[in-house]
Parts: sequence; structure tokens; C-alpha cells
Amino acid sequence: METSQALKNTDAAQILEINFGPQHPSTHGVFRMTVQLEGEKICGLKPVFGYLHRNHEQIAENLPYAAIMAYTDRLDYVNALANNFGYAITIEKLAGLEVPERAEYVRVIMAELARVVNHITVIGFMLNDLGAFFTPLLYAFRERERILDLFEEITGSRLMNNFFRFGGVKRDLTGANLAAIQKIVSKFPAFLKEFEDLLTKNEILCMRCQNIGILSAETATNAGLTGPVLRASGVNYDIRKVDSYSIYDRFDFKIPLGKKGDVYDRYYVRILEIRESLKILDQALAKIPQGEIMNKKALPFLKMPRNFKPPVGEAYGRVESPKGELGFYVVSDGTPQPWRYHVRAPSLINLTILEEMCLGQKIADAIVTLGSIDIVLGETDR
Amino acid sequence: MNIPVEEIKRELEAHLPDVKLRLIRNSLLIENPEDLTQVALFLKENPKFLLDYLSSVTGADYLNYLESVYHFYSMAKKHGPVVLRVRAPKNNARVPSLVPIYRSAELQEREAFDTFGIIYEGHPDPRRLFMWEEFQGHPLRKDYQQEDAEVLEVADIAWLEARGIKVPDEMKEKAKTLHAAGQRAVAQKPEKPRN
Amino acid sequence: MNVFGWGVFKGMVVTFKNFATSYFRKPDEGGIFTVQYPEERGREIENFRNFPFLVYDETPEKLRCVACGICERECPTKCIHIEMETDAAGKPARKPAVFDIDYGLCMNCGMCEEVCPFDSIFMDHAFEVTAPERSEGLIRHKKELSKSNGYFQKIRPALASAVDQKRKAAEEKKRATVPPPATQEPK
Repeated sequence: METSQALKNTDAAQILEINFGPQHPSTHGVFRMTVQLEGEKICGLKPVFGYLHRNHEQIAENLPYAAIMAYTDRLDYVNALANNFGYAITIEKLAGLEVPERAEYVRVIMAELARVVNHITVIGFMLNDLGAFFTPLLYAFRERERILDLFEEITGSRLMNNFFRFGGVKRDLTGANLAAIQKIVSKFPAFLKEFEDLLTKNEILCMRCQNIGILSAETATNAGLTGPVLRASGVNYDIRKVDSYSIYDRFDFKIPLGKKGDVYDRYYVRILEIRESLKILDQALAKIPQGEIMNKKALPFLKMPRNFKPPVGEAYGRVESPKGELGFYVVSDGTPQPWRYHVRAPSLINLTILEEMCLGQKIADAIVTLGSIDIVLGETDR
Repeated sequence: MNIPVEEIKRELEAHLPDVKLRLIRNSLLIENPEDLTQVALFLKENPKFLLDYLSSVTGADYLNYLESVYHFYSMAKKHGPVVLRVRAPKNNARVPSLVPIYRSAELQEREAFDTFGIIYEGHPDPRRLFMWEEFQGHPLRKDYQQEDAEVLEVADIAWLEARGIKVPDEMKEKAKTLHAAGQRAVAQKPEKPRN
Repeated sequence: MNVFGWGVFKGMVVTFKNFATSYFRKPDEGGIFTVQYPEERGREIENFRNFPFLVYDETPEKLRCVACGICERECPTKCIHIEMETDAAGKPARKPAVFDIDYGLCMNCGMCEEVCPFDSIFMDHAFEVTAPERSEGLIRHKKELSKSNGYFQKIRPALASAVDQKRKAAEEKKRATVPPPATQEPK
């Protein structure tokens, strides 16, 4: 393998092994990498996980299904709505519950707003890692605050939303909420144009991000990568189009693809995805029908969650979270608690080829590569 | 698009006749764990299926045996999922590793080893993922007993004293009695659950 | 333009424009949006979900809670502890003697509000929960958790009025279906 080859060519005394320790401003959480350096070039890199392991899967084995929804918020804490969506879809598959029309539209609107929030946050933090000390991050956060205020009005909490229920959503969107969303959606393209003026053709960004952390399409497919990282390498796989879960087949949107698979492509794919999400939001706001927001059969379980006993069986439900494919594998044995509950976390699996992408580069490039993969430790370690 | 699981079973039985399969709900159980690599390689390279994306590898504990469950999808043909299962006895759970064929199994098999104790043969880096290396036990098994954080054991006392920390005598006595009885410091469950 | 550095120059024009106009624009348009807390407060949002509180109707004796224990069972983190009051004869009275919530465990999920059948526990807005000692103030007892219906109306007007209407309608229905008192003498 490449590591041992690089190590053989150097004197063992010249290799410095350092810790990108769990406390580091650029590792996006408590993430540790042991890096072997020869000068400033990386000749070996091993990620170490488990600093935020909270045993989410075993906690869920002792709780009724509805209570686990509050815990799934805390997996990918940057956009909690995508996790709620994935879990709700899985249990609805398991129990065979239908979701009414208006609830589907509300779900898509909230999920796409969460996608916009996540992508601008990730671009802001990646630029922070590059050294653009907080300016693009705070511009992104200015827009994010508007959307988080909206989440607070609708769901009750800015980050830990706990909004989706089995068979619908918790609360309806009022006319004022829809008007607020429409205002945000119509003002966002102007902000995005300003953001791009600042960043996309910036020579410093181009020199530091192009041809760094290159990933080929075959490696990406084999290593199980999903999300913007995969699409930046040129593979056209988006679960919203492949599985057409919920009502995504009614909306007209494109899948942006990259060519080279370097850090710059991943940044640009995310900007284009924000534009596509705004298109979906426009269409959803125009077509949202009147109706109920909760399946009538599932209403009584809101008051007595202990009575919700799905049939014996298993289900694997997946959604296109902004970080990749978020999958939930639930095995039920007829009791109110699940027998086995597993989360297929995109952040963990996207880190499989971190070493390969960073070998031979300098430390600063490794930090930018890690920032462009977009990990969140709550999901990686569960 | 979903591929009907009977079709997969038929193709597999036609091309790999000595692999025994069983249909369980929507998944295929491979009776002999050693056949797993053959089946996975066939599903990856056969032009009808082209399942080139291993999405999820996970373990499960069914009291008498441990199970390893795989979900395959195809990025080239955009269909799936295909679910394969492999069962192994609890005290000697050995399953061939899929890392030579699919690299996405690398971290997920490490996690299944860490939490269930399924040993994947052929894995290039068989370490624990979330727990530290000296940890004993496999936390997600149904018979896992949680250790009591307040009662020290003989090994803990040795570690502390090697670093110059004084341990009170009562704790040393308790640890010695536990060690003599061959038990570990296990957290006691309360008699009445708190609802 | 193809001059090397033109991208950086355009970026600097953007940042300078943002800086210069931040003095003139309104807070939600790109101006200065800092709220000078604690002299000013941010906007109060009705649905904001913080720790739970108990509602009483006129006096703290008339707590709506009947100590059924459903919120205790459904709480995911098991942070609620309830003990029912027993009257002089030892029979359970429908009131809680002890109602403790451990704020260290509560994760503000709102499940207790959703499952309560007697409209007695709701999510509060108060986030300034402080205590002089480090270990005090984490377990909240019934006295600190009970707040009046008037307070509930003030912080969550839409939900409080909906709950009041529902309770009034239920009471009217109960009064209408109660049979008139017996006026004949038993034979």
C-alpha cells in the first residue's frame, strides 16, 4: 500500500508523528487523526473515532419508537430535520403508514430549508479552515439566522427540531409561516450572488483548492461515498432521484455534477445544490394544497406512544441528507421497543478514503480536504 | 427500482449451484458464511445486477446467533436494494470480510466487531472503532452487563498505583474479594424500574 | 477581466460594500443586528420550547395535574418524578405531592406536553434559570414549576386560548349530560 511505500523510502528517524488531537479548531468536532509527517508532507494518516460515542443505538433499544425521534435530532445536529425525515420514513415503511399530501409538502419544504442551511454553513466553515478568518462564515450565518428564526416559530427550537411524526408532521404551517418562507426564498439568490462574487473566482481560493484531495469516480463508488463528495467526482447518484421517496418526483430539479473531484469541485457543487433547493422550494410553495397534516390512523399514538407496535419485520429507509445517504435499519419484534436499531451515518463512511486523499500533500491541504468532506461528529460517532 | 428477490435467488442458484440460500422476508440468507465472498463478487460483476455500492454493513444479536446484514445498491443501474444475511454462532462468530471487494465495508466491519464481536477474516485493520483497545466486552450484545464505575477492580488499582495515586484500603479489599471470586464489577439493576 | 488578482479585488469590493452599508441598513437587511442584552430583549416567539411548567387555574392549590404519571412514563430521559398525594384515610387523592423535574436531564423535547391528557404541563419560555450555588437549582420542585393560567396566556396566547376553549366546551358538555337530581322519594 502507499503508506508503507512512502515510509520505506525515508529514514525512520525523520518521521514525525503528531496528533491532530480531539481539541482542534478545524476538525469539526472531537475528531482525532494521527498523522505521520516527513517535513511537511503527509506520509500516513489514521483517523481515530469514538470521542463523541454516546451509545445512541443501545439507548434506542430501550425506548418506544416515538421517543427515539427526539434523539435522532442529535445525530447530525447541524440539520436535525434530515435525520427526523429518515427515521420517519423508515418507521412508516415498517408499519405501512401513509402520509397525507399537505404533510408531504411540509416535509419537503422543511428538508430543503435544512439543506440550504447545511450547505452554507459547510462552505463558511471550509473557508474558515482555509484562513478566511470568519468573514464568509459570518455572511453565511447572517442568512442562516433568518432560517433558524423561522424554525423556531414553526417547530419550537432552532436546532433540535423534533418536528416529524410517524404519519405526518407535528404542527401545521400557518399563512404567516408560508409568507416568511417565501420572503426568504426570494431574497436568497441575491445573497448567493454576493457570496459567489466574494468566493468563486477568488484567486486565493482557486490556488488553494484546485487539484487538492482528488478523488476518482471508481474509488468513490467502491468506498461507498455518497452526497456532494460523490457528485463532485462525476457520479450521478442522488437518492432523491433514484428512490423518489416522499414526493420528490413531482419537482423539477437538476443534479449538479463535478468533473475533477477536487476540493474546489465539492465547494462549487454545494453552491449549485443550494440553487436547486431554492427551485424546489419555489415549486413546493406554489403547489402546497390544503389538508390535514397527520394520518388519521396514527393520531391516537401521539397520546399513547406505548401502544405503537409495528408488525414483526425489518426496514431500511434512506434519505438524501445534505452530507450523503443517511440510512436507518430498524428490526422490530412486535413490542413497543425496537429489537435492533442502526444508523448508517454518511459522515463515518465518507471518511474511509481520507488517508488516500491526503497522502503526499501538505498539512494545510489535509485540513481543507477534511473540511470539504463535511463531517459532523454527532453522526460519525453516534 | 426494486429487484424482486426471487429473481436474484434464481440467478444465484443457476450460476453458483453449491451455494445454499434461504428466503427470509425480503432478504437472502446465505447458510454457509464462507460463500459470502463468492456471492458478493457475482452480484458485483454480473451485468444484470452490477451492484457496485455496498451501502450498509451491520450486525444484530438474535440471542442464539449473531447476524451480519448487508445492503447492496447499484450506482450504475440505479436499482436496489439487495439484502444479504449471514449467521454465525455467538461464541465463535467468524465471517469473511468484504473489504477486498468493497472498500466501504472497512469502517463498518470494524464497528460491527467492536459492538458485537463478529470477527471478519481478511480485514486489513481489525481494531475496535469506538472503544479503546483494552476494553473488554461487546456492548450491543443483549447479554452485555455494564460495569460499575464506582467499584474498582484489581487491574484498575494496579494502573492507579503505577501512576503514584494512593487507593484507600477498603477499595483494595473489595477488589481482592471480587478477583478471588472471579467476578467483575457489574452495575446492579434496581429492583423496581423507574417506569 | 483576465488580470491576475481581479477575483480578490471583486471580493474586497463586496466586503467593503457590506461594511459601509452596515451603518445605514436596518437590522434584518444587513445592518447591525446586535441586541444589547440584558437591556434589550430579543423578539419573543410563541412556540419556543424550553423547560416544562405546570398550570394552575386560580390558586396554586387548584393545580390541573392529577398525578397520573403518563408524562413520567413517556419522558425519554426519565427526568420527571411524581408521587401522588394520599389523603387522611390513605386513599390516593388526585393531586401530586411531589413533582420533580431534573433540569440536568431534560432535553426540551416536548413529549410531556404532547401526551398529557389533562392539559396541565406545557413548555415554558424561561431560559434564565439561575441559582447562587453550583449544585442548586437543577432539580425543580412543584412550587417552582407551578405557574398560573394568566402567565400561560401571556407567553403562549394562541395555545392557551385554544386549551381554555376546549376545557370550557368539555365542562358545558358534562353539565348538560348530568341527570337532574332525584326529586321522588324512594318507595
